[in-house]
Amino acid sequence: MEVMDKLTILADAAKYDAACTSSGVTRGGKPGTIGTASNSGCCHTFSADGRCISLLKVLYTNHCCYDCAYCINRRSNDVPRTAFTPRELAELTIQFYRRNYIEGLFLSSAVLKNPDYTTERMIETLRLLRKEYAFNGYIHAKTIPGADPGLTYELGLLADRLSVNIELPSESSLQLLAPDKTKAAIFKPMAQIRDGAAQSKAELKLYRHAPRFAPAGQSTQMIVGATPESDHHILTLTEGLYRKYRLKRVFYSAYMPVSDHKNLPAPVGFKPPLLREHRLYQADWLLRFYGFTAREILDEDHPNFDAALDPKSDWALRHPEFFPVEVNRADYEAILRVPGIGIRGAERIVAARRYGSLSFEGLKRLGIVMKRAQYFITCSGRMLPGLRCSLDSVYRRLTGLEQAALGSGESWEQLSLFDAGGG
Amino acid sequence: MTAYRYDGTFAGFLTCVWDALESKTEPVEFLLPDGEASLWEMQELPTDREKARRLYTALKIRVSPAFQKLIARGFLTCLPQKELDLLVLIRRGMKEGDRVRLDLSDPVMARVNLALTKMWTEWDHLKGFVRFSELDGALVGEIEPKNRVLPLLASHFAARYSGERLVLYDRTHHEVLVSDRGQWKLLSAEDFRMGPAGAEEKAFRAMWRKYYQTIAIEERINPQCQSTHLPKRYRHVMTEFITDEEMEKSLSGQAAPTGLLGDGRKKPQTP
Repeated sequence: MEVMDKLTILADAAKYDAACTSSGVTRGGKPGTIGTASNSGCCHTFSADGRCISLLKVLYTNHCCYDCAYCINRRSNDVPRTAFTPRELAELTIQFYRRNYIEGLFLSSAVLKNPDYTTERMIETLRLLRKEYAFNGYIHAKTIPGADPGLTYELGLLADRLSVNIELPSESSLQLLAPDKTKAAIFKPMAQIRDGAAQSKAELKLYRHAPRFAPAGQSTQMIVGATPESDHHILTLTEGLYRKYRLKRVFYSAYMPVSDHKNLPAPVGFKPPLLREHRLYQADWLLRFYGFTAREILDEDHPNFDAALDPKSDWALRHPEFFPVEVNRADYEAILRVPGIGIRGAERIVAARRYGSLSFEGLKRLGIVMKRAQYFITCSGRMLPGLRCSLDSVYRRLTGLEQAALGSGESWEQLSLFDAGGG
Repeated sequence: MTAYRYDGTFAGFLTCVWDALESKTEPVEFLLPDGEASLWEMQELPTDREKARRLYTALKIRVSPAFQKLIARGFLTCLPQKELDLLVLIRRGMKEGDRVRLDLSDPVMARVNLALTKMWTEWDHLKGFVRFSELDGALVGEIEPKNRVLPLLASHFAARYSGERLVLYDRTHHEVLVSDRGQWKLLSAEDFRMGPAGAEEKAFRAMWRKYYQTIAIEERINPQCQSTHLPKRYRHVMTEFITDEEMEKSLSGQAAPTGLLGDGRKKPQTP
């Protein structure tokens, strides 16, 4: 089979993986090698679905001995199968990289024969790329659950980031849909990567040539909308993953109807819960950068996101006692909680008010968008002149803005769908 | 009322600033050599490298290194009449010191900062969106940016491809980056011509296009989201959006299908 055909099959099989980031590690150029990496990552293009393409995201092979119901590569699915050779894939990566198409390689794989054998083939590819081709760019490798810890360690010495997919948000769902995978088989490598990365970091402080194990940390992914967990359940799980397993990122992937398995939503007429996925990402950002806890965003009495409102505005409307925030005096953390003000806006406010007090005009010139923020702030003790509002009217106006931002009314239909399925 | 005419270089601009500070002139306009005539009394200043160097050092010592950088980077932006705004900032910096950088809500400062933000965004975009073709062993590419980001991109690409020969042409500013195994320089180039691609190069382009089409999930097609992240003005030189024939055309230095870009110039026609 030609490399072109293999690429087509194995990229098609990898496309449902959400992660395509190249962040978390900075490496300058070195003579005799090719490539660099930057902490913030780099997007090289965006596909027609609006997702970033940063890495060459392919499977090593789509031959699989597992039969996970939600997965397109499951054993029982009738699709063309193939595998790269390590050299083919290394050569392709280098040639794409030279032309600045990509930032590096994201290598994942279906389970060929057994987890150990598959991991060995992946290691061989990465070894070739790093050693023979002197590739200094970014590599993200997916660990194969159930592989020998020694092999996972070897993989982590060659890759920048490792990931273990948690796949589904609860153990019962996992049993139902992925009978070959267990919770223990997923969390064991996760803990191993966490400890390995921490140890490597400690050793690097003592000895600068100490081996670097997964310097860009680890990430994971779960499918939402295939099983009945609530948003609150998912967000709490996410928070736990960030805290306990020190993950860099948790990715959510709206379930795509790739199978008509009896335990999955019927594919006919199924719409992937894209809005729900969007809300989860918004909440994820609140956890990582805005100092929110999962409990603040959702709780047992309020287990799912309001489809009509972003989680930050939702929180603000449930906590009128916190507002208004006085932009000239409030802490950075408090300003960050104002809907419509993000990290950069808050930083600018804190910097600019050291020069002189800020007015609403001044805020606009700083680049603060007032559409949402105006209801929640004061400048030198005054609300925006002429603004009259009650909680109800603010809710109406914010949902109006949100509806306009989301575009068509299409998203609203999803609301009823996942409410029925997700409750 | 004075208008300065200068050669368009940073040193030329600093020479004008020197003159404005010394003679307490309030210029109303800055003009380039080939620019149109002005209504105002015009003063043509030849670039004085020594004055420029001394003023540039003064920005660092009398104000701050960060302020010096703000002015130098500000000069690379495509802000219309950026020279006037930068002159205002230099005057203020000399008087008030580095504090002026905190006055983010000042209209001039806000304008310069916004222009800088846009420039850094463009720089960040282009680090990813630049496409090279291998032609006769060298990696060759073209960009058409609004801001003069090529000097900022140079070290990035030189470091990344430290073992390669590299040529990157900026159509807007007629400037070319040439890098040979990590050593780079910028040259001005009015015209830019390159030979056609070989079979191997075409094969990799074809594979990249195929990969690009395959990786999108059909049920999630979202052109609006795609355009937010990848504005259409970048696409006319990106391998995955154009055919080999279109690439040959653009690489052989003929008129770009989209026309000119930058401030006060024609906007690209989006496909």
